[in-house]
Order: sequence, then structure tokens, then C-alpha cells
Amino acid sequence: MDMLYKIFLDPFVQMASAPDLLVQTLWEGLVSGVLYALIALGFVLIFKASGVFNFAQGIMVVFAALTLVGLHAMLRDWGVSSGTAAAYLALALTVAVMFGLAFTIERLVLRPLVNQPDIILFMATFGMTYFLIGLGELVFGGEPKLMIADDLHLPRGAIDVKMLGGFVSFQKIDIAAAAIASIMVAGLALFFQKTRIGRALRAVADSHKAALSVGISLEQIWVVVWFAAGIVALVTGIMWGARSNVSFALEVIALKALPVLILGGLTSIPGAIVGGLIIGIGEKLGEFYWGPLIGSGIESWLAYVIALLFLLFRPQGLFGERIIERI
Amino acid sequence: MFYRETGQFKTTYQADQAVFPIRQDRIGIAIILLLAFAGVPLLASEFAISSFFIPVLVFSLAAIGLNLLTGYTGLLSLGTGAFMGVGAYGGYKLATWFPDVNILIPILASGFVSAAVGVVFGLPSLRIKGFYLAVATLAAQFFLSWCFVRIPWLVNYNISGAIEVPTRTLFGIPITGPNATATTRYLVTLSIVVLMTWLASNLVRGRIGRTWMAVRDMDLAAELIGIRLYRTKLLSFAVSSYFCGVAGAMMVFLWFGSSEADTFSINQSFFILFMVVIGGLGSLVGSFFGAIFILGTPIVLRALPGLFGLSIPAATVEHLTFMVLGALIIFFLIVEPHGLARLWQIGKQKLRVWPFPY
Amino acid sequence: MHVKHLALGAIVAAGFAATVMATKAEAQETIYVPLMTYRTGPFAGSGTPIANGMHDYLSMLNERDGGIGGVKLAIEECETGYDTKKGLECYEQVKGKHPVLTNPWSTGITLGLIPKASVDKIPILSMAYGLSASAVGNDFPWVFNPPATYWDGLSMIFRYIGGKEGGLDKLKGKTIGFIFFDGGYGREPIPLLEQYAKDYGFEVKLYPVPAAEMQNQSGLWLNVRRDRPAWMVMWGWGAMNPTAVKEAARINFPMDKFVSIWWGSGEDDARPAGAEAKGFTALNFSAVGANFPAIQDIVKTVVDKGKSQTPKEKVGESHYNKGVYNSVMIAESIRNAQKLTGKKIVTGEDVRRGLETMNITAARWKELGLPEFGSPLAVSCADHNGHQAAYVMQWDGAKWSKVSDWISPMKEKVTPLLDAAAADYVSKNQPWPKRTEPCDKAS
Repeated sequence: MDMLYKIFLDPFVQMASAPDLLVQTLWEGLVSGVLYALIALGFVLIFKASGVFNFAQGIMVVFAALTLVGLHAMLRDWGVSSGTAAAYLALALTVAVMFGLAFTIERLVLRPLVNQPDIILFMATFGMTYFLIGLGELVFGGEPKLMIADDLHLPRGAIDVKMLGGFVSFQKIDIAAAAIASIMVAGLALFFQKTRIGRALRAVADSHKAALSVGISLEQIWVVVWFAAGIVALVTGIMWGARSNVSFALEVIALKALPVLILGGLTSIPGAIVGGLIIGIGEKLGEFYWGPLIGSGIESWLAYVIALLFLLFRPQGLFGERIIERI
Repeated sequence: MFYRETGQFKTTYQADQAVFPIRQDRIGIAIILLLAFAGVPLLASEFAISSFFIPVLVFSLAAIGLNLLTGYTGLLSLGTGAFMGVGAYGGYKLATWFPDVNILIPILASGFVSAAVGVVFGLPSLRIKGFYLAVATLAAQFFLSWCFVRIPWLVNYNISGAIEVPTRTLFGIPITGPNATATTRYLVTLSIVVLMTWLASNLVRGRIGRTWMAVRDMDLAAELIGIRLYRTKLLSFAVSSYFCGVAGAMMVFLWFGSSEADTFSINQSFFILFMVVIGGLGSLVGSFFGAIFILGTPIVLRALPGLFGLSIPAATVEHLTFMVLGALIIFFLIVEPHGLARLWQIGKQKLRVWPFPY
Repeated sequence: MHVKHLALGAIVAAGFAATVMATKAEAQETIYVPLMTYRTGPFAGSGTPIANGMHDYLSMLNERDGGIGGVKLAIEECETGYDTKKGLECYEQVKGKHPVLTNPWSTGITLGLIPKASVDKIPILSMAYGLSASAVGNDFPWVFNPPATYWDGLSMIFRYIGGKEGGLDKLKGKTIGFIFFDGGYGREPIPLLEQYAKDYGFEVKLYPVPAAEMQNQSGLWLNVRRDRPAWMVMWGWGAMNPTAVKEAARINFPMDKFVSIWWGSGEDDARPAGAEAKGFTALNFSAVGANFPAIQDIVKTVVDKGKSQTPKEKVGESHYNKGVYNSVMIAESIRNAQKLTGKKIVTGEDVRRGLETMNITAARWKELGLPEFGSPLAVSCADHNGHQAAYVMQWDGAKWSKVSDWISPMKEKVTPLLDAAAADYVSKNQPWPKRTEPCDKAS
């Protein structure tokens, strides 16, 4: 009885009695949800265009952030006196590096593996993960680095809003993250709805063969989506790096995008966003209100269980294309 | 020339369906077994046995387990590490409950614990397919990992939170614990792996294996010809988890000698999936090739600078190892997506028609 | 296709051949000291400075003194990546080369090696980590974990807290939060913590951080905000520490009430939060800074000569100095072993005796060129730990500074726990070998 009370009533009593903490929890959930959504977006873009379940997305986040920080340090060593200038120069160079990476991956990995079964492509992205871990550590060293948040003029500090008999603290960096992520999502959506390349991408997603037959270059589309995924990775890396630091442990965070992905549906951009928010908020609420009942620290699997519950009712995810099977 | 089946007539169905229908294959496997049972213990160094041969055998068994599920039944799983963990902790509990029972029995029985858990986490497979299922099995991975840390009962309330393997003997010779020599542990591992591989090879070419493959090729069609999907899929999860569980128990009892929850992390699952795919999906011999490749490559790469007399810092070697391993994986996938097992087959075919090219 | 397959076959075959011909060690007139280090993986941030410190001090002995007692040390690093599997592989690799001791530098690897130590006759030096119970020398003659166990650490933190609160009984009715790495390491202090809670009447709140969530702690810290603990104690490692410090700053937790065990005392743990981390405190057992003659010798003979992987400005950082501390113990035990046996080239068995007679007094610290670097350290046959004092230091926004005297642990609380844990370990691992090694008089 006591247990039932603790599970089904007590959390809601707590929510009502300390509404400021509820708002704070929802906000934290929203922020992590947005970041999860951003990583998931990278997955979805690639999956739609090339059918590759890109496991390397996580390491791309780390690699992009490391490259940014590493290049910044190098530029400072080479005599760029202004931190800000070095930061933005490094940012531009990192974008170039991500483009080079997309190009190389298309050339050396995707093109030779075209038309292979899904699992082979999936494994190839594991190979890329290993390669990028080795390369990143070799070039920039394995120790964690500080994100150059100040030089990039990312805001610091927090806004404490008094409300509901308490206070809710909004970190400026989180507000910025949410804003930038929303702009990116909107921008990408616009890009893929309105531009020529965007239309071509949607054609490719529908059918590779049909797209090829009307003269769309698959190679070009692949470079574009992998580049877009690289940019998304860079933004995620900056935001998450600013919250703690840039290290290889960040890679596991990207795994959180997987439940988001299956919850939203592998092929749906809105699915990635809604899924991200559901997972982010669900996870924080679960950890905050129900976690202490079983010893806290349940975030590592809660997201998967939430996604699994949704999947049992909709096996293709919330927004995924309905799976039609024929004999 | 010497690999030709001319003149070997089969007069019974039994002979025709033998595991090794060709005489040369039978001789070959006998030689390999002889090398494994006698050659390795006599010739290989202790380092090679404990850091290469035992791990290869343990991981081969786990890879066979995953291969039964992914390669034969077509269900992608990323929870192998956790199922190995269930076997390890299950074996530990059994071994402490029945300290007087021969240690081999807990090791082999641990698989049943993990089979039961496997069936539970296999339930979503009835409704979810493909990558969706793969991510769903991650739920098993993370949840079970959490259990290993959080349930002190599993480790008999050890304060260190880890399990330690006590010394146990077979015919008066210690086979687990610090006093067991690498050679003894190797021979025990080898015996179990040979036995279970034989079991698996008979399983996959029998009725059960054929239903699995029918489900893999198209589950809807399989259902239409009268295969009960839920039974087939769950059986596959159970058998696969059994193999993984025994591998996990062997890993702790015959290799590590102790274990933390961290051992059975998600990286372990990925590692085994590598072996299965590189070795060849749907091939038992491929599982061995995959394990040898994935475990052997880093050892070779780490030894290389020393052989050439270069002194490179250990960390740099590690970074290069990662890069080369990653590149090699991609390279192998490109040149032979069907895995090393396919190369083996091609090699055999070439031998068969030699000296003609086709 | 043909050539490609042949080439593939050749690669596989070559791989095989090279594996079987595992590298054999060459016997030389040196003392072989393998260092298990991790400069890769998610914990590289904590592992790299420690590896640097260990390596540099031993190299300095080679450069400055020509080794120990006239015998050069053969130093070799083996990369473990903080991974038990790789660590055990490293152990098997170095075992054949007659190492005088091993430093596993990971709790998981240590636990795997403990039963092997007495069989292979290679002592284990696990400096303030590993299995706390191995401090009981009569049960674990081959394992050493000086200068203090985690339980000692917790009791010292409580002495410090008691000092600030004006007596531990002032904690009655308050809440103390314990944020820890969710694994064997982080869970070890919990029994003692709960006992303190009973003794002094405060409430304990546990905040476990799973390995996969090290950089995603905002949910947990919301709980901290709700529970309003008077003090937070941290048992973290790697990327978990800087994230926790940042999150604490985010919820405006008073940083001077946030105390970490020594493994959270690195510069990199506090630096990411910068000025916001001001006031964060951590327990430490080795001094911070490069202003010691011996460390200046390291700079002169090793770092400046380009024989080290350490950037010069990182010499003397907190974790670096812990690496040095570890190597001082290695060197002292080898020196003791040479004195005890009269041999120049010592073996693992000799160094075990050397470790057991280790006695670094304040005067000896000074002689080593490290005055006041650590509290006096003495190990005996029965006590393989020493339960030495540590001090608390505080982050001022840019560097650590010492803010307390040497605090000694509450031995009376820790010893019974240790004895019980050792007895428990032995009973669960029957047949556990009885100690047969004789005890040397301290030299």
C-alpha cells in the first residue's frame, strides 16, 4: 500500500507542492530533449538519404568539438592574438574539416558499399567510429578539454526567475542551446523543403533507383547529408561541451539519440524533434520523481524503456512510415 | 588436386547429410582439433594462451550465440554483453549455492538463467523488427547493466561490488581460480567450446535451424507455410542467450577470475557484433574467424613497433591500433561483405577445381 | 578478385604468425618496472597526468642517479584504457619479464590481480584504490594500498566537516548528500557512511552517477536541489568530476560545502567551471606544486631534455604529483629490498619485503627532495595501508590551495570494517592461502 502510494500519488503531491521544481525539471528536460533531438536529427538525415544507420554520429559530435578546440589552441599558438578571432576562424576551419570528412566518407566508405545490406553499412559506421576515436586522440590527445565558450561569446551565468513560491533558474547557455537548436532545425527543414537539393534528397529517400533515373546524383546528395550531419554534430558538441567539457566520454551521450530515433520513427524529422522532447522530459521527470524510489540514477535505461513502451503500440515509431509487408 | 571429392560415394542419406561429407574435410578438422588440443598447449607461450587463445574461444562462443540470433534468425541484437553478464552472475550464484558440485555444472547451467532472461527481452521481437528491434535490445543491455551494479545479492553482498572466482578442482587439478594454469583453463574452455559448436552445427542444419532461416529470409512467408513465428523467434532468443550466457560464465570463471559489472558493458555487445559480421553472418566457422581477427589484430598491431625496433609511446600505439582496426573493418566489409567465412569458402572452391580457374 | 583474395589471405596468415610468436622478454641487468597506464578512453583525463608523474619520477632516478642502487630501471608503459580486459592482457604480457611489482591503476584490474599476486609472486601496489580490505597484511601479504583506504578518506572528510560544523554531533537532523560513480569504487564507502549516519543522527541521500551518464547529471542535481543537503561528498572519477562541479555551480550549491575524495582533486576537475567552482574542496594526500627539489630535478633532467610526454606547465599539478607519490613508493620499496637482501637486482619477492618495511618519515621525505610532500608513511606486516593523514585543499578559481592541517583518519571506525571485509573476502574465496611469508624488521 505504502509502495503504491509512493508510486502513484506521492510524485504528484510533490509536483503540486513545489511547482517551481516541476517547472525547473520540465525546463531541464526540454533542454536535454532539444540536444537529443539535434543528435537524432543527424541520424535521420543520413538514414533517409542513404539508408545508413549511422552509429558514428556520436563520435562525430566528439570529433567536431575536439577539432574546434584543438584548432583554436593551434591558432593561438601560431600567433592569432585575439581569442575571438581565433575561435571564429577555428569554427570556419572545423566546418571545412567536417565537409572534408563527409566527402571522404562518401568516397571511401559509402560508394564502395552501395547496395549492400543494412547491417553491413551499420558495421561500416562502427569502423568509422573506431577510426575517428583513434584519429581524434592521436591528433588532439585524449585528455578532456575546455570548450572555448567565452571566446565564442556563448553566454554565461543564469537568470533566476522568481515564480510559484520559489525560483526557477534558466542557464543562459541552455537558452542559447535551445534557441540555436530550434533555428537549426527550422533551417534544415526549410532547406530540405524549399531548395533544389532538398527536393532531390526527398526523392532519394523515396526511391534510390527512381531518383537516379531522373538524373539526381546520389553521390552529391550523400555528401550534402553527411555534411549536414557533421554541422549538427558540431553544434551539439559545442553545446554539450559547454555544459561539462569536451572528452571522449561524450560519445555515450549520443547513444541517447537511439531511443529518440525509434520513438519518433527512423525516417521522420518531426519525429526526431518530438521524440527528443518526449525522451528528454520523460527522463528528467522519471529521474526526479520516481528515481529515488529505486535508488536514483535510472536515466541510463529509462529512455529505452519509454521508447519501448511506445513501440509496442506503434512498431514503426510515432511518425515513421507505416511498414507494409508483402510476400 | 588433393581437395576433391571424386570417388567418395554416399550410399545412405545419413552419410550425405553428415556435418563433413567430404573426407578431406574430416581429416582437416581432425588436424585442427589435434593442433588445438595438443599443439597449442605444447607450443604456445603462456601469454599467447591466456591473452589470445582463451579469449578467442570465449568470444567465439558468444559470437556463435549472437550468430544464431542475428545470422540465422535475422534478429539484430545489441544486448549480447548483458546476456553474457547474466550467465556470469548466474554461474557465480550457482557456484556459491552448490560449492561441492563440479564447477563445470554451474558454468553450463548458467546458460539456462540467461536463456530465461533472453526470452523475456526477446518478447518485443514479436512486434518490432530491424533497427527498431536492435535499439529495443539496448534496453536490455542498459537495464541489465544497471541491475548488475544495483543488486548486491548478485555479488553475494561483496563490498567491492565484484565477483571473485574461488579455486575449484576437476579430478584434483585446479581449473578455476589463481592456481589453475593457463593450459588447464585453456583445455577446459576448448572442450566446452568444441562441444557447444558441435551442438550448434547440428541445431542449425536440423529442423529448428531451417525454421530459423525461413524466418530470417522472410518472416511473413515463413508464417504462411506454417512456422509459428513466436515460438521460433523466442526459441532463437533462448538458444542464443544460452550460448552467450555460457560464454559469459566461462569469461569470468576460466579467463578473468573476477569481474565487475563494467565488464559486460555495451562495448562488449558491439565487439561481438563486429566478430559476427566480419566473420560472416550465418556461418559458425565465421564466428571463429571473426573472433580471431578482432582479438588478434590489436595484439599484432601492438607488437609490431617492437618487432621493428621502433619505440613509440604506448598511448600512440593504442591510437594507431584503433585507427587501423577501424580502417581494416571497413576494408574487409568493402572487399567481402559476406565476411571471412565467404573467403574461406572461395578458397576451398579454388582448391577443389585447381589447377583450373573455374 | 584473385590477387585481392590472395592478399587478404596473406594478411590473415601474417596476423596469425605474429600472434603466436608473442614477444619474448630479454633478460638484462635492469630492474623491470611496468606501469599500467591509461592515456586513452573516457578516463584519460585523470589517467594521463598520473601516468606522466609516475613515468617522469622514475626516469628522473635513471637520469640523475643512474637508477636505484646503481641498477637502471627498465620502465615500460602498458596502455589499459581503464579496461579490465586490456589490463589483464597487459599483466600477462609483463608477467614473463619478471616485474618487481604491478600498479594496476583500476579497481577492476586490481581485483582481478589480487588472487594471482601470491601465485605469481608479484606484489601489487594499488595506491589508495583497489580493495580496501587488502590493507590487512595477514590476509593479503602480496597486496599494498597505502597511504589510505577509501574508508579512511571518508572518515577524514567527516573530521573536516566536523571541524567546520563545530562538532560532528551538530550534524544531527541534517542531510548529507553522497554523489558517486555507480560502480564498485563509488559504492565502497557507503557502509561507513551509513554507520556515521546512525552514530551522528543525520540523513544520507545517495546520488549514483552511472558510467554512461557521467556528463549528463542535471536530473540528479535537481534532486540535490530538492533535498537541500548540508554537505555534498563526492566519489567521482574521469569526466564525472568536472560535470558534477559545474552542475553544483548551476544549482547554486555552496561550493565550500562540496567535498571530494582525492580522485576528484585534479586541476581539470575544477577548472572547467572556472570561477564558479571557487570554494570547491577536495581531500588530497600529496602536495600540489612544483616547488620541490626532486620535482625540479624532474624538470631539469627529464622534461627539459624532451624525455617526457608532459607539457612543462603541467608538472606539479595535483594528479601529476600523485603519480610522483606512487613512484616514490616504488623506488623506496626497491631500495628497501636491496638493503634487506644485499642484492642489486631484486625480484618481486624481495620487493614485497621492501614494501612491507617501507617507512618514509618526515626526515626521509626531506632527504628525497620532497619535504612535506606527504605525511609520514609507514607500512607494517599487519597493516599494508598505513592509514596516513591527508589534508583538504580548496579551489580558488585558478588553483588549489591547502586549507587544513594534516587530518588523520578515525582508525577506530575503519579498522573493524577492514577486518570484517577481509574476513568476508577470505571466507568467500576458500581455499584462500594462509600467510606463510615471514615478517621483516623495518630497516
